[in-house]
Amino acid sequence: MRIPLSWLREFAAVPAEATAEDVMAELVKVGFEEEAVHRPTDTLRGPIVVGQVLSLVKEPQTNGKTINWCQVRVVPEGQEQKLTGKGIDPSGVQGIICGAHNFVEGDKVVVTLPGAVLPGDFHISARKTYGHLSAGMIASVRELGIGEDHDGILVLSRIGLDPEVGTDAMELLGLYDEAAEINVTPDRGYAFSIRGVAREYAHATGTSFTDPASKVQAPAELSGGYGVKLNDDAPIYGKPGCDRFVARTVRGVDATKPTPPWMVSRLRLAGIRSISLPVDISNYVMLELGQPTHCYDLDTLSGDIVVRRAAAGEKITTLDGKERTLDAEDLLITDDSGAIGIAGVMGGAATEVGDSTSNILVEAAHFDEVSIGRSRRRHKLPSEASKRFERGVDWQVAGVAAQRVVDLLVELAGGTADDAGTDVGTAPETITIELPAGFAAARIGIDFTEEQIVTSLEDLGAVVVKHDGGWTVTPPSWRNDLETKEDLTEEIARLVGYDKIPATLPVAPPGRGLTRIQQQRRRLIQALADAGLTEVLSYPFVSKAANDTFGVAEQGAERSAVKLANPISEEHGYLRTSILPGLIEVAKRNHSRGFRDLALFESGLVFLPGENMGTPSIPPLGAKPADEVLDALFDGVPAQPFHVAAILTGHDSPAAAGHTPRAWDWADALDVARLTGDILGVDLVASQGSHQAFHPGRTAQLALRTGEVVGYAGELHPKLLAASDMPARTVALEIDADALFEAAPDVIVARHISTFPVATQDVALVVPAEVPADDVRAALREGAGELLEDVALFDVYAGKGIEEGKKSLAFGLRFRAADRTLTADEASAARESAVALAAERFGAVQR
Amino acid sequence: MTETLPGAAIPNPTDEAAINAAVDQAITAIDGAATLDELKAVRLAHTGEKSPLSLANREIGRLPKDQKALAGKLMGASRGRVNKALAERNAILEAENDARILLEETVDVTAAPRRRRAGARHPLSTLQDRVADIFVGMGWEIAEGPEVESEWFNFDALNFKPDHPAREMQDTFFVEPPEAHLLMRTHTSPVQVRSMLEREVPIYVLCPGKVFRTDELDATHTPVFHQFEGLAIDKDLSMADLRGTLEHFARQMFGEEAQIRLRPNYFPFTEPSAELDIFHPGAKGGPAWIEWGGCGMVNPNVLRAAGIDPDVYSGFAFGMGIERTLMFRNEVGDMRDMIEGDVRFSEHFGMEI
Repeated sequence: MRIPLSWLREFAAVPAEATAEDVMAELVKVGFEEEAVHRPTDTLRGPIVVGQVLSLVKEPQTNGKTINWCQVRVVPEGQEQKLTGKGIDPSGVQGIICGAHNFVEGDKVVVTLPGAVLPGDFHISARKTYGHLSAGMIASVRELGIGEDHDGILVLSRIGLDPEVGTDAMELLGLYDEAAEINVTPDRGYAFSIRGVAREYAHATGTSFTDPASKVQAPAELSGGYGVKLNDDAPIYGKPGCDRFVARTVRGVDATKPTPPWMVSRLRLAGIRSISLPVDISNYVMLELGQPTHCYDLDTLSGDIVVRRAAAGEKITTLDGKERTLDAEDLLITDDSGAIGIAGVMGGAATEVGDSTSNILVEAAHFDEVSIGRSRRRHKLPSEASKRFERGVDWQVAGVAAQRVVDLLVELAGGTADDAGTDVGTAPETITIELPAGFAAARIGIDFTEEQIVTSLEDLGAVVVKHDGGWTVTPPSWRNDLETKEDLTEEIARLVGYDKIPATLPVAPPGRGLTRIQQQRRRLIQALADAGLTEVLSYPFVSKAANDTFGVAEQGAERSAVKLANPISEEHGYLRTSILPGLIEVAKRNHSRGFRDLALFESGLVFLPGENMGTPSIPPLGAKPADEVLDALFDGVPAQPFHVAAILTGHDSPAAAGHTPRAWDWADALDVARLTGDILGVDLVASQGSHQAFHPGRTAQLALRTGEVVGYAGELHPKLLAASDMPARTVALEIDADALFEAAPDVIVARHISTFPVATQDVALVVPAEVPADDVRAALREGAGELLEDVALFDVYAGKGIEEGKKSLAFGLRFRAADRTLTADEASAARESAVALAAERFGAVQR
Repeated sequence: MTETLPGAAIPNPTDEAAINAAVDQAITAIDGAATLDELKAVRLAHTGEKSPLSLANREIGRLPKDQKALAGKLMGASRGRVNKALAERNAILEAENDARILLEETVDVTAAPRRRRAGARHPLSTLQDRVADIFVGMGWEIAEGPEVESEWFNFDALNFKPDHPAREMQDTFFVEPPEAHLLMRTHTSPVQVRSMLEREVPIYVLCPGKVFRTDELDATHTPVFHQFEGLAIDKDLSMADLRGTLEHFARQMFGEEAQIRLRPNYFPFTEPSAELDIFHPGAKGGPAWIEWGGCGMVNPNVLRAAGIDPDVYSGFAFGMGIERTLMFRNEVGDMRDMIEGDVRFSEHFGMEI
């Protein structure tokens, strides 16, 4: 909401020297945030005066243009030019070249004299042009920054002005005024008006306030006016769409009369363009009182006005010239011809006031917030009117606003008001709120005095009645947001001042610290960073193709994924089922910025829709839903496990003098994956894996001891890397970390540490090439029995001396007994039984 | 060098002058040895079997009995002096030698390569942990919830009326199909509702996490960002308790001189509601009040939605943006730096913020 200061001053005691910034600094105290300052003089400086064109000589130029060489009087005849400065003619007559042709000798115009500055940092000076010294400029509204019209210069008689020559044109056009723009929260509809903001300014500063509504003399009752019927047969939430309709008639207006500059200036500062006198008046009254009104050309109406719901498929052409198909829920203003307006949103084109309009029907109605909001959303028609109706307009002010429009039409457009008028509808029930004594004090922590409470509420316009246990409060008609004792409490605190609230620190009951999973999550993230990886964050929005590739192991299978109804872009229309697509994007971005050696990781949720997606309806607010309803809400939310993924590309460290970095390879990805298990105390079993996003021969599948697959690690598929412009041999991994957290042991049982000597034996086994080394190791482990303390693969060999299709695996076995020193024979026997099992399972032969 | 000094006669072991001369000669040679190798040669020449002193020593046996003791004493002392000189010289030369080898092994430490990659945390994640730690230290618990959420938890349970303009101000990502009433949470407040449903009062929880709004990415907006929200439900909580909690937190985060300010505002889920500003003495461009978040006393309708009796319990809630906090605390000028994943951003912070 933009507040022209001159307007605010009419109703609140704003100090003469106060700026828009000062006003905003006051309003922010009562809850209106500062948005902007609109001050014409920030970009516009005088001398800018009224001049009269004494002579005008048309001079055709060689370029085909004709320019006017004008003599313009800028001080009254017989008076001296008091201004001095370069280019100011002491005679009071300036010679000015002007290219516009929409004026004649004798016209009064706006002259920007040398020394003036116009918007765009345009400095006016006397300069030689077209063979003359042009000392100033005859200005258009566009050049003055007060309008878009640039067809010609501003001729003052055409906006109804005949000021004395030499008058300060900036004063005349209201250009010394300025506006404070504040943010109005959605609960405070009343503050979308000068009336509301002036009252708030008075609250903030403790100065006096005059209600603009009180300055209007509206008749207490109206009758005999235009026929209006309120026929809402489908109220929303039981509230009638229209509960008051005031109609007034003004006849014999001249709709072509110019809007006076003070009104144009205030509208402009408030952000509203001047259209025509009747429309400007309607807008002016809306800004002043917060009540939207509408002017119909009375002679285009036929029959009674009926306010009703639309018939499905009914059509209307709105003021903006667009034909709109209506919904059965839309509230309409209609006459015998059909729809003539979408109530509270936009009027119809057929009954619009135009230049030829002479009789006007003024509407000031009160509409239901929800109904207007829905129509506005349905037709995507945000208007100044709908903005106010949606947030709530003062039911009581409709008659006043209609009268104010009538008064202005009579005063400015030369009309005559009918005595008869229409005022139909039923006032909503007034609500009263019980405010128990002590409630506000307990809720805020300030020991409010009775005077503070009563004065604050009465200042708002509420009626406060004291009784034994507290107060009965009737909020003012314009405060539809005040419904509960908490609302009143906020008002009291707001008016007394939030800065008066003391600080006390409540003590929470003894806590349990972070939960196990929270600790595990932290440890996982920290361990990966400690291991030399860099944590990054990416968006969870991915394409369907990315989900189908990374989210599912088998090629060709579709990944079921959560689709967004209104994504930022169509190619990112789904929620991730894997972190890798986002991580690859981040890696690419870094790569393109010159970082070739990368080790990145990200952790976060992935989104896996289950069979239940949401709920067909949701319960109402303000009450705890039944258990089965709550269960359905919980169950309808898709599974969102916490994953961790990493991508490694390039080398493990920067190249440097005396240091040769190592290229990351598939084993590094597996190593990082294993680290996640190690730090959580979870055994991860790696086996040859197959996943369409990974290299078919260089991928490990990672599983828990239970066999549950929890992730993949290895080299990304070469084709995928090529397609996404990533370096070959880039490796990656992704783990379902939630599964690890769950598998982590609650208690780790200590092992006995034997201090008896160790006996080590090596064994080399020849096995078929396709047998996984880890399976052979497992067989040795199992076959060796409990004397085996450790077994490690230390060499893999194929080639000369080994049969084609076979390989040699060399293991070191470490034996130790818990209770004695092993003999060489005991160790050898254990080794033999280990080898025997490997031979049995894989045909392993000792070399 | 030879083992004997050429032309030297065997000195008489009783001739003190001759022996002293031989000793002096030996000591001069020892002191003159410049290297360990030279010293070795000197040692052989002056203490070896064929050295004058050794030969003289051998002569003692042939002396008359009465001269033996004196000669033995003379020779013992003389050889002792030579050996002492040898040992001293050896120590000096060895020390010199050691020092020379170490000197030769000198490297340029400034040319050392970084062999280990240094990892880094994302500062948003580090900051989130730090915030959580402050509240855990106050006895609060950390609560979490899903990012795709039921509309009821995100709006209705928080007293957003179905047709209220406040609902639209949240720029919500909805999930297909719209009839399923699922959305991406627009704030972490649904976790507050879940916490109230799952826990017994009194409740003191902090809910950090990712939230989503349909904003285009630019220097100050991102469709995905992080918040932390606090919720306290207990008997007799007041707005003074809210202020005290926020003040304590602000001082933990920004130091003892930190100040906060509350301004009236509107949120459907709190009444009264306030905007929270923090005084930032180190702000770029001079000390300033900076908008930090929203807060207020929990609206009774929110308590009712969770089955908590608003006539018995009251509560307060507050919420701040992690990105915003990082932006003004650590002078991050552009939102995009935080979300693009450029390694320079995280690596600059390392493990700290």
